[in-house]
Amino acid sequence: MSKKLIGEIETQNLNICYGKHCIIKNVNIKIPARQLTAIIGPSGCGKTTLLKSFNRLLEIRDDVKISGKILVDGNNILRSGLNVSDIRKKMGLLSQKPYPLPMSIYENVAYGIRIHNHIDSKKLENAVNNCLQEAGIWNEIRDRLHDPASGLSLGQQQRLCLARAIAVQPEVLLCDEPTSALDPISAQQIEKLLLKLKKEYTVVLVTHTLRQAKRVADYVIFLYFGEVIEHGPADKVFNNPKHPRTKAYMQGEIS
Amino acid sequence: MLIKNGSFDKKWLMDKRKIRDLICTKLMLIITIIVSILFFLIFLILLSKSSLILGSESITDLLFSSNWNPSNGNFGYFPVIVGTIIVTGLSLIIAIPISLLSAIFIAEYAPRKIRKILRPFLDVLAGVPSVVFGLCAFLFLVPLVRDFIAPFFGIESTGLCLFTASITLAVMVFPIIISLCVEAFSSIPLELKEASLSVGATKWETVKKVIFRATAPSIISAILLGFGRAFGETIAVNMVVGGIPKVPSSLFAPTETLPSLIASKYGELMSIPKSESALMFGALVLFIVVLIFNLLGLILLRNAKKRWKL
Repeated sequence: MSKKLIGEIETQNLNICYGKHCIIKNVNIKIPARQLTAIIGPSGCGKTTLLKSFNRLLEIRDDVKISGKILVDGNNILRSGLNVSDIRKKMGLLSQKPYPLPMSIYENVAYGIRIHNHIDSKKLENAVNNCLQEAGIWNEIRDRLHDPASGLSLGQQQRLCLARAIAVQPEVLLCDEPTSALDPISAQQIEKLLLKLKKEYTVVLVTHTLRQAKRVADYVIFLYFGEVIEHGPADKVFNNPKHPRTKAYMQGEIS
Repeated sequence: MLIKNGSFDKKWLMDKRKIRDLICTKLMLIITIIVSILFFLIFLILLSKSSLILGSESITDLLFSSNWNPSNGNFGYFPVIVGTIIVTGLSLIIAIPISLLSAIFIAEYAPRKIRKILRPFLDVLAGVPSVVFGLCAFLFLVPLVRDFIAPFFGIESTGLCLFTASITLAVMVFPIIISLCVEAFSSIPLELKEASLSVGATKWETVKKVIFRATAPSIISAILLGFGRAFGETIAVNMVVGGIPKVPSSLFAPTETLPSLIASKYGELMSIPKSESALMFGALVLFIVVLIFNLLGLILLRNAKKRWKL
């Protein structure tokens, strides 16, 4: 498999409905690998739903119907009979508010590693420390690795969640407005980390702040009431939007 | 003048509201104080009533002697205390794992329709009077144990025994623990489950390592309430336990528990002051044990909360 193909997501005729209410309507997009893709659009337009369909997390609700195809590296992950844990392992998730697991800082990161690999404690420790370093939180917590994770500040918790996500070596990072609950400095740290991480992972960022998308995105998908209005490289969509609705959104006329 | 009147009215109204507020505040305070005094009052009554027996016998004799013979003035509570501990302990050992697993099933695995039906059903079950459980156990469980279960282990039994009492209690405790645990499990934020699932954990791994941990304090409270119900249960146990104050020799031997003993012997022994006092001592032991367990539970709860800053 060529290196370029790792972490590419493509949807074909994707429809997602909660009961009779359809959130995502006939979405056909291609999310490029190893780039930062921003999904933008007004609130309630289905950005989070689309994002969470990529790691089949929507299925834990029992009234969701999904049809169409989601291809990750060419394989349809909606096919029945697949091991859902394996799919989710490939797709790390960073949620809106940080939710550290009820364990110590160290255990939060070790949790995922332990599930997938049986490695000795020395190797585990190294792996955990590397992830914490990569998530830019190591220096702040190196002395209190075994304290409860819930004692950290929100910004630190979010970076810890990032460390937890990359600990299982995913191909894609799904980020659901990861900075919306954070203070400006913590938000900036997360943004910087995402920019750094896109070299190794495909990053999909749902955001409702246009400015954030402009700062970080390589590729943009504009979603409006469940439909993809426009998608393309960031500079094209931002500087030269084709669709009038995209234009209106860029100018702040719809939000 | 008008303005003056208006402002006066307003002031008077304010005062009325303030007085109402004051009255309600004080009323609630007084009621709370009365309720708390009740607790101490019960303790004092038990203590004063048992002073007679405590004056004539030593506490160690009362607690650790196996000689229970009220007509001769021997009140050794040891067999009954052991009986209570074993019956309660066994019932909880049966009830806790079953309750936790079914609570997890209801909260996490069952489709929403089933959950909607099951939850009110469980709440009703938790409120069924214990005598109903006792009757059902007497009519169905006792013959079952007598004719099938005990003979299967090669033991002859009347069916009125430790095992039957424990099962009955376990069944009574299920709905309480299940209902409280379902509530606790359902209150976990969806995002916390997603956090665990999204690193590739299976549902069971998530339940085991995240949900149980995050709800540990609630689980402890639920078990404590279950313990309270099992430990203090009187009538249902009384109907199936056999009523013989002896340390049980096997699972299928009859025994006796403290509440059941007090209930069944009070009418018979109340006329003799010393016997009555002895029973009151039994009640005091019951009271103190429940108190100790609740305090232990509180400490456990606080530690669990502190540990994960829940």
